[in-house]
Amino acid sequence: MNLVIVDYKAGNVQSVQFALERLGVQATLSADAETIKAADKVIFPGVGQAASAMTQLKARNLDKLLPTLEQPFFGVCLGMQLLCQHSEEGNTDLLNIIPLPVKHFETDLKVPHMGWNQLENLQTPLFEGLQEQEYVYYVHSYYVPVSAYTIAQTSYPEPFSAALQYKNFYAAQFHPEKSGAAGSQILKNFLAL
Amino acid sequence: MLTKRIIPCLDIKDGRTVKGVQFENIRDAGDPVELAKWYARQGADELVFLDITATNEGRKTFAELVRDIARHIDIPFTVGGGISSVADVEVLLQNGADKVSVNSSAIKNPQLVAELARYFGSQCVTVAIDTKYKEATGWKVYTRAGTIETEHQTVDWAKQVVDLGAGEILLTSMNNDGTKAGFALDITSEVAHAVTVPVIASGGAGSMAHFADAFLKANADAALAASLFHFRELAIPDLKQYLKQQGVAVRI
Repeated sequence: MNLVIVDYKAGNVQSVQFALERLGVQATLSADAETIKAADKVIFPGVGQAASAMTQLKARNLDKLLPTLEQPFFGVCLGMQLLCQHSEEGNTDLLNIIPLPVKHFETDLKVPHMGWNQLENLQTPLFEGLQEQEYVYYVHSYYVPVSAYTIAQTSYPEPFSAALQYKNFYAAQFHPEKSGAAGSQILKNFLAL
Repeated sequence: MLTKRIIPCLDIKDGRTVKGVQFENIRDAGDPVELAKWYARQGADELVFLDITATNEGRKTFAELVRDIARHIDIPFTVGGGISSVADVEVLLQNGADKVSVNSSAIKNPQLVAELARYFGSQCVTVAIDTKYKEATGWKVYTRAGTIETEHQTVDWAKQVVDLGAGEILLTSMNNDGTKAGFALDITSEVAHAVTVPVIASGGAGSMAHFADAFLKANADAALAASLFHFRELAIPDLKQYLKQQGVAVRI
């Protein structure tokens, strides 16, 4: 399988690559349009700040390319948020692949939402073999509300989108690469799509 | 529900764990990667690696070690010790660390916290605070491995670094550290209520009840211990079962 991790200098690319290695899969790191287009599957990680990540994507013309992709695509953490329409973080316009807003947690609870929390209402092949209430690792201050595209949710304290799917675009707010056995299973499920 | 985190801390010198860690079923207890894997299997929620190497040569070894750890474990980990610039952090994050912890360098140059948050995001910036109580001064912040008293009051300093962009506070009470008499519940509670980011309680863990107190009485979001886990005085699966019975949300 030709698996490409989008490398645009705003991600914990290394951790995702290592997680795939543990599954016996070698992935290519690339920001090159042709390489990404030719991939069987694309993983789009991200940590950091939405506006600076968009700047990095635009500098590489990836903001034009990514919405046109048709192969299975997996956005992780900030990589999920970037697929949406607009983020309150830095009042930033995003890739607008999935017509959803990204909002800041307004709660008395601690922000960032950091640590292990549970998945609920699991849908689609991405969560094959996982139980309801499975724990995954989160670290984020912004979230996508529950919508028609939500394929798993988590509560903090209100439910938000733990994962999204729209056509070939899959995405997770949590970090499957840091979520132990459950996370590995989710990555395996994506690779099997 | 978001669970409370249990965090073993490993001291690293020249790429090896120190403190004469005692483990069965581990080929080489001095090998941080073997230990990290073991802790991950035991149900540790995160790990902290503290580099106590003094030499530049050793620092390079540490960056390589971070890469090796990231390659082999599938839970998050924080690295700290001797970090004083954006460039230092970039190397560690690129090698696969999830968070970095800064301590003395934040005291020396508070703007470093803001810079790190701007470059890498608050989610990966933990500020470690060593605090010590004296009758005359109250809870003051100490620097340079706890050898020098600063002018900062602990709660004020915690608020200041959070305003600058810290995403987490690792609070170690020097009065309690090594005593096994329990965490410093009063200052942990004060800091946990004063800031909006998660707080890790550290220093003084000696029993399972101490962890329950840190979570239920002091409202800590995570609790860290070293020798208690390393010397197998307390096993993480037992600790988590106990905490669950006490009504603490934990990942089992």
